[in-house]
Amino acid sequence: MDYFLSEEQLMIRDLCRQIAEERIKPVRAELDEKEEFPHAIMKALAQADLYGLIIPEQYGGLGGGCLENCIAVEELSRACVGVSTSFAASFLGAYPILLFGSEEQKSRYLGQIATGEQMAAFALTESAAGSDAGSIQTQAKLVGDEYILNGSKQWITNGGEAGIYSVIAITDRSKGPRGASAFIVEAGDPGFSAGKKEVKMGIRASTTAELIFHDCKIPKDRLIGREGMGFVVAMRTFDKSRPGVGAQAVGLAQGALDEAAAFARTRKQFDKPIINFQAVAHMLADMATKIEAGRALVYSVARYMDSGAKDISKVSAMAKLFPTDMAMDVTTQAVQVMGGHGYMRDYPVEKMMRDAKVLQIYEGTNQIQRNVIGQELNKEYGRKG
Amino acid sequence: MKIIVCIKQVPDTAHVKLDPVTHTLKREGVASIINPFDLFALEAALRLREEAQGSIHVLSMGPPQAAEAIKEAIGYGVDEGLLLSDRAFAGADTWATTAALAAGVRMLGGADLVICGKQAVDGDTAQVGPGLAQRLGLPHVAFVKGWRECAADHLVVERQMDDGFDLVRLPLPGLMTVVREVGEPRPPSLKGKMRAKKYEVPLAGAAALGLGEAEVGLAGSFTQVVEVFAPPASGQRQMIEAPAEEAGRLVIDHLVRDQIIRLGS
Repeated sequence: MDYFLSEEQLMIRDLCRQIAEERIKPVRAELDEKEEFPHAIMKALAQADLYGLIIPEQYGGLGGGCLENCIAVEELSRACVGVSTSFAASFLGAYPILLFGSEEQKSRYLGQIATGEQMAAFALTESAAGSDAGSIQTQAKLVGDEYILNGSKQWITNGGEAGIYSVIAITDRSKGPRGASAFIVEAGDPGFSAGKKEVKMGIRASTTAELIFHDCKIPKDRLIGREGMGFVVAMRTFDKSRPGVGAQAVGLAQGALDEAAAFARTRKQFDKPIINFQAVAHMLADMATKIEAGRALVYSVARYMDSGAKDISKVSAMAKLFPTDMAMDVTTQAVQVMGGHGYMRDYPVEKMMRDAKVLQIYEGTNQIQRNVIGQELNKEYGRKG
Repeated sequence: MKIIVCIKQVPDTAHVKLDPVTHTLKREGVASIINPFDLFALEAALRLREEAQGSIHVLSMGPPQAAEAIKEAIGYGVDEGLLLSDRAFAGADTWATTAALAAGVRMLGGADLVICGKQAVDGDTAQVGPGLAQRLGLPHVAFVKGWRECAADHLVVERQMDDGFDLVRLPLPGLMTVVREVGEPRPPSLKGKMRAKKYEVPLAGAAALGLGEAEVGLAGSFTQVVEVFAPPASGQRQMIEAPAEEAGRLVIDHLVRDQIIRLGS
């Protein structure tokens, strides 16, 4: 399919494909097995300027939009979603600053993120606040010229690896969801530390850790936007980032199809390659069709967002929901096509199937995505009525 | 620090074959790449620039299409390029090649450090780097695998040897050739690739370099390639048939006898 990508977008795709083939594929099984953070690959991505992809040019980035991000993430995910998660999480941490930060915050932090000198991370989830983000407990109290943070965050991607954290904390409990605020916390801030590193089913190359705030003092100019804007910051961040998760799913599913189709052409049973059996060919046909549908949706939504559209919540949720459900299905089918081989660690598809699951869970479960789409539909049709 | 990196465009060695009839390299349909060892030279230059600031120029001699190799180098983040291209350069051996490259280095105003890959994968001579140093009257160290010190007037480099490495002080201006261990080449950068797309590669021929036709190309060469051929497979092999452990011992005996390995005491 030709998606009429610009010359620059093709350049991004080719470069990411090259890095995926040369740097990621040869080590992905080992990173998965050892549950090891891919420092060398992150450095290569930084040297390739990829951390600057969506950072505006005035802060040292390339000024790309959602589509450029999706193209890059798709290619990296084709090789390893653990690696692409570590990479994309930096943008997730950067979005609050990019969207709502002051000029001073932008010039101080975005440049470091663009060069890859510092990775960023986004911290919202807590042990008692997952889908119900409104019930977070971490507090921030203004004392003199400083905010003092207390509490802990859970399952934070790049936790302990990042240098810059966008953290959501409660500044006024009496105001409910309007009492949350967003802050920038730096790795070396007093009273801030990374806790337990989680052991996971998939995306094992990425680091998922607890963050602990124990009388963590930060200057008051680290507040992003105004007090009370915390949930607006979080929701607008997710609106921007969700198509990127869809792109991870498209890349992952494509990687699984690549493996399954190549296998089916060479694996012989009953004296012929199994791709010549209709049962297998139809499975591959369905997989390829669903992947193309997912890619078309992700690219269209990304282009729509890059056009400056404001009403993006619904389509952004769709661009996460459909491809991630699709990737779970496609990777499961890839294992099925490859049979016993697919189930063994000698082949990459069992890892792909494990990696796929988290895409239906993180950055808002797919049930929450359906809630978002449903609420938007209710509003739309309410206006029409 | 001003660095000049010499690179060569070569056929993609992974795909090159010899024509069994004419015994020449089959170049049709074979992509051209930067000589892999020169990528290590580029990586060394990029790391030295990160450490000591300064600029990197990339220099190559070749046909007009070698401009692609210069552009590729721009994609890795070098500052400027220069391609030495002239029909008169054709058929140059390593001596005549160094004549052109030395003139190219002078045209660029000289450098604090010239870096070459240890050898090209097509010719495999490993002579151009040291020869160029000789032409320029520069001290040189070959087979450099890394450096310990990088100062304005010298480098302390590690020269790879069969049994370890030598620590050598290289006064600057100087020249070094590098081996793989100097560091894995980074991927090209997006900003570099975007610049490379628009970059117009400066060209210089023999006249612009102040070189006479007798000094360069085939005319300026002491050696000529008469024939290129693949060594015929000798077909000599010896089968060892014995139980695994005994066979292993016999193989080791053989390797020791042929001095391929040495057993520790």
